[in-house]
Amino acid sequence: MLSRTADHLFWMSRYTERAENTARMLDINYQTSLLPQSAAVAQVGWEGLLVISELLPTYTAKYGKDITPRNVMDFMVRDESNPSSICSCLRAARENARAVRGALTTELWETQNATWLKLAGYLKTKEFERDPGAFFEWVKHRSHLSRGVAVGTMLQDEAFHFYRMGSFLERADNTARLLDVKFHAVQSDFFGAASAQDQEYDFYHWSAILRSVSGFEVYRKVYRDVITPERVAELLILRPDMPRSLAASLNEVVSNLAVVANDTSGETLRRAGKLKADLQYARIDEILSTGLHAFLTQFLDRVNELGGRISQDFLVPTVH
Amino acid sequence: MSRPMFDEMNATPTEVRAHYENYARWLAQQPPEVMAARREEAEMIFRRVGITFAVYGAKDEDGSGTERLIPFDLIPRIIPAHEWRTMEEGLVQRVNALNRFIHDVYHDQEIIKAGIVPADQIFQNAQFRPEMMGVDVPGGVYSHISGVDIVRAPNAQGEGEYYVLEDNLRVPSGVSYMLEDRKMMMRLFPDLFGQNRVAPVAHYPDLLLETLRAVSPATTAEPTVVVLTPGMYNSAYFEHAFLAQQMGVELVEGQDLFVKDNFVYMRTTKGPKRVDVIYRRVDDDFLDPLVFRPTSTLGCAGLLGVYRSGNVTICNAVGTGIADDKSIYPYVPKMIEFYLGQKPILNNVPTFMGRNPDDLKYMLDNMAELVVKEVHGAGGYGMLVGPASTKAEVEEFRAVVRAKPEGYIAQPTLSLSTCPTYVESGVAPRHIDLRPFVLSGKEVQMVPGGLTRVALKEGSLVVNSSQGGGTKDTWILED
Repeated sequence: MLSRTADHLFWMSRYTERAENTARMLDINYQTSLLPQSAAVAQVGWEGLLVISELLPTYTAKYGKDITPRNVMDFMVRDESNPSSICSCLRAARENARAVRGALTTELWETQNATWLKLAGYLKTKEFERDPGAFFEWVKHRSHLSRGVAVGTMLQDEAFHFYRMGSFLERADNTARLLDVKFHAVQSDFFGAASAQDQEYDFYHWSAILRSVSGFEVYRKVYRDVITPERVAELLILRPDMPRSLAASLNEVVSNLAVVANDTSGETLRRAGKLKADLQYARIDEILSTGLHAFLTQFLDRVNELGGRISQDFLVPTVH
Repeated sequence: MSRPMFDEMNATPTEVRAHYENYARWLAQQPPEVMAARREEAEMIFRRVGITFAVYGAKDEDGSGTERLIPFDLIPRIIPAHEWRTMEEGLVQRVNALNRFIHDVYHDQEIIKAGIVPADQIFQNAQFRPEMMGVDVPGGVYSHISGVDIVRAPNAQGEGEYYVLEDNLRVPSGVSYMLEDRKMMMRLFPDLFGQNRVAPVAHYPDLLLETLRAVSPATTAEPTVVVLTPGMYNSAYFEHAFLAQQMGVELVEGQDLFVKDNFVYMRTTKGPKRVDVIYRRVDDDFLDPLVFRPTSTLGCAGLLGVYRSGNVTICNAVGTGIADDKSIYPYVPKMIEFYLGQKPILNNVPTFMGRNPDDLKYMLDNMAELVVKEVHGAGGYGMLVGPASTKAEVEEFRAVVRAKPEGYIAQPTLSLSTCPTYVESGVAPRHIDLRPFVLSGKEVQMVPGGLTRVALKEGSLVVNSSQGGGTKDTWILED
């Protein structure tokens, strides 16, 4: 297929996934802000959200040092100058879809377009301010729908594989960032031993992380025990059956990448496979003994590099 | 000033024409609120499907973008089968002659030698492409997709008569609206199609693909066809994407193509792939920066060289503009006689040419009664509709024409036929035209009907979407 078409499909799914994950994080911060907690803890939550997306400097440049829930939500939802806001992500997803609408099934294109049209309505009527929770639900729901429509209607050809690759590469990135910030928030690095500070982050902190990746019930089902940070990390990093974990995301990236392989992509596939194997054969206590932050930083670098190589090999190739 | 009118549906205020009887009876039974709901439904669907076009330099009221809907009217334009049969014959004849003419212009120029078209009309014409001299194109076909604009106006007896207003032989657009309008009508009013024998149009993309494959270079048995678009910000982008999808071929942009060893390739995820036929929706000027406009990024460097060697087919061919130019239009009836030895089946509109002193005098003296058009203009820009203009506007245009007479032609203001149309105040007659899409490959063929455009402003004769026109479904009623 046309490289440019593959590129648009790849980014269409990445932006849709990114919008979903931003909605998930905003939602969880918003929900926990409704719980009794110290102002300092709440502040850490909102700040963490900006740190995850590497947007703290942009935010403070625009809104000042004061990090208020209202401003952060405004910045992360409707601010068009912020390329990571939900509004910007959904616009980019729709623009990418429009650029290749002929390569999408009618149902998938209409889903993307309807999302964009409805979003404009949401932002115009202030419906979002009245009930942020319902809005975040809606964003998640549209992402689920878009994914479901793609899986349910698209021919499983190259287009489909690039679409899927984009989703899971983005998800690997987003879940890793979430983990890094939420654990990093606990102390300078997390080595698995509960410190005094950990006590302050109780059940609600850890369950919030799980809920933000739809992992609360999953955790209960898998561990049938109290929530501990080590297990939260294990679930979200290593469990291949947990759909939003790093391991599950990498499995999908590798299997889709293997199908579309071309003459130049051998090295990319090898590196993706190696990253996948590193997760497959890792143990959580090992990871924690060298430090979670160090592990995640390295993981993010490797995912980022993978994205660059996929671009180079398939999406914006330099031929001649 | 009152002009004779011809309405497609109503012969007199109380009498409906025979081919509209069925429909009129049905329409009378529809409660207004149901029709209003259908109009809203249509708009919502068009918006969701994204059947939009961009207006150059325009912004939506809320500033959110430039995507507009083309208004769709619920009342179809109906043509009886016997009228269509004649029109179809006339179109085949006309497009055949035009293709012969373009071939002749770029080869032996017999028509100039015969003194039928003056040499300077060709060689001084900005649409003449010397790069095409002596280039042979597959099957001798230049205009593979022709959008011939036809209007109807009352003659002295008050009968409606068809006239060809212009031949669009470069990159005519609008066919996607023909197809989407039909789809919409069938979705909104399925019962109507059970009661009326409406000729189907949905096979247009198949015919188009067949046409494009038929003119592929001889070097390949399994041609790769692509649609070349300027990109998603072009006003007709929806149509480009739509046609590529319906034909199951790639929609490419200039940046996706490159030339190597005298062949054209596209960049794919599996490496370069050769391209054999390019259905381009990019104007000549932008096709190849090495030959035409050097700053263009919409085309592909070296494309014309490959084309001239016969290793790729460009549809429509480069240089077809020489035949649909308004200054050449008056010669088309003579072309038909010259190349085919036949009498023209379709009428031309009587045309005055600014380059002829007698015609010019008439134009200047009667400008307030005439439609004056710039010979290279398109899309309803650069024209004057005398009777609809103020004195000052007429004066202004008179000066413009006097300064460059050869750049203008004039025609009597035809009172285009009207068709009942939904407007704010209810249903009222509005002026319409018709653009059938004629395909030339191995043979010349078309789907029955075409795109009916309607001028929504009261009294307006300008149907272009860029000037506030809408569209209607077009029915050829089978006997």
